[in-house]
Amino acid sequence: MLTLSRLTKRYAKGDAALTDVSLEVPAGQVVGLIGPSGAGKSTLIRCVNRLVEPTSGAVRLGALDVTALSRSGLRKARRRMGMIFQEYALVERLSVMENVLSGRLGYVGFWRAFLRRFPQADVDRAFAVLERVGLLDHVDKRADELSGGQRQRVGIARALVQEPDLLLVDEPTASLDPKTSRQIMRLIVEVCAERQLAAIVNIHDVALAQMFVERIVGLKAGRIVFDGPPDTLDAAALTAIYGEEDWSRTIRDADDADEGPDEADEEAPRAPRPAALGARAL
Amino acid sequence: MPVAPLSDGRRAWARRTPAGTLAAWLGWLALVALTVFCWRVMTQDTIWSFVRDAPAQAADIGARMFPPRWSYFPVLLKPLWDTLNIATLGTLAAIVLSVPVAFLAARNTTPSAALVRPAALFVIVASRSINAIIWALLLVAILGPGVLAGICAIALRSIGFIGKLLYEAIEEIDATQVEAVRATGASGPQVLTYAIVPQIMPAFAGISVFRWDINIRESTVLGLVGAGGLGLNLESSLNTLAWPQVTLILIVILATVVASEWISAKVRARFG
Repeated sequence: MLTLSRLTKRYAKGDAALTDVSLEVPAGQVVGLIGPSGAGKSTLIRCVNRLVEPTSGAVRLGALDVTALSRSGLRKARRRMGMIFQEYALVERLSVMENVLSGRLGYVGFWRAFLRRFPQADVDRAFAVLERVGLLDHVDKRADELSGGQRQRVGIARALVQEPDLLLVDEPTASLDPKTSRQIMRLIVEVCAERQLAAIVNIHDVALAQMFVERIVGLKAGRIVFDGPPDTLDAAALTAIYGEEDWSRTIRDADDADEGPDEADEEAPRAPRPAALGARAL
Repeated sequence: MPVAPLSDGRRAWARRTPAGTLAAWLGWLALVALTVFCWRVMTQDTIWSFVRDAPAQAADIGARMFPPRWSYFPVLLKPLWDTLNIATLGTLAAIVLSVPVAFLAARNTTPSAALVRPAALFVIVASRSINAIIWALLLVAILGPGVLAGICAIALRSIGFIGKLLYEAIEEIDATQVEAVRATGASGPQVLTYAIVPQIMPAFAGISVFRWDINIRESTVLGLVGAGGLGLNLESSLNTLAWPQVTLILIVILATVVASEWISAKVRARFG
């Protein structure tokens, strides 16, 4: 679904943020991107939707070469890439519904969006994703009235309402408590499975990444230094990514490796899935 | 280097180096000297006999000013209405003109930082550097005396004020909200209306109503130079030494300004 080939980003000051990053993410796969601060994780996912322009290399979404697109072509491509942010990045003074509908901006004209007269089909989609993330009761609240976990659910709804093929997720749990972090990660992984979305999730909590994703990519100083399933991420791999440290308490023991994340904690409320699948069919 | 080694191995710390301490004292000395010098300049042309009988003069004018001539009030209604119109219409015109200027001047929304931004900043500085009463003098000469000159004077002075505060508000917005809306595939104008406008709305409402409040005060004196409103009556009353009328006009101005301040505070509290 997503192919990065020899992606390189050099900032104006000459710092190389990414060097020759090649990565292939098939549909439905959730990749956890780990690495120390400044390793280029944020730059990498921003190069995919060209919020940051890559210096060289190519980004392909299916058969589409994203790096070669014109302005309007890029806008159309961005509709297929939902993005979820660290500090939620909701427009704080707009309502939950307006924030979710802003995910449809790439599909509607200026005046329709300006007058908030979205097509009924878009409103249906918005209600469906809000139901999926469990926020139907908060549709009319302003975004700044919600708790952190609820805001991130709005962020997820805004990304899903785009009906993307790919999710770019930048530190989704960095400002959340441990329990909410798990709920949010579980939700992201579940919707990716339901909708067969490829996803890149930047995450600095290694244990959380191991708990939820099926593949981990380690980035160090702009280069990929690890790529494999979570179980193979051992002390040697972590040292290669982060540097020397006692990793014995960080990595999941081999003994409980087969205990799936779903049994590990049951606290997450489950929204009914058929509605979300129905929304996909719209 | 405020840290200095002591003989017993400990280290002393002071806020300033010895040279820094000396410079600070010299700075204070210069300030005192300047104050003394300014006082001499200020007082050398003063005729002290006039100053000495100032209390008697003030009491004399005060006695002439009271009681206010309340029967003059109906005459003031029309000029008062003119004054409110000058302030309100002038502010509205300034808002319409300054919003685009602010977006062109803000570093994060300007289409060209090399060309358009300096031009927009120049418009703002030019407007701000000329007082409303000087704009009014110019415009009375161009447009003739009356309310229109007053409205234009208020508008021209306010473009800079609103434009400057608004572009500063635009530059301070949270960029990640903009990034998030752009990432959905939104167009430039859509990003503007969904990510930027909601963030600056409280500042915009506050700035506009604050300027309107200032303009009420400014428009009360524009009549002094012939641009309509209460100032016209103030000038003619002063010229004919009609002190009780002056008192009434000052009371009316005070009441108007208090009312506008109250409205302004209410609006800003609501959008804060």
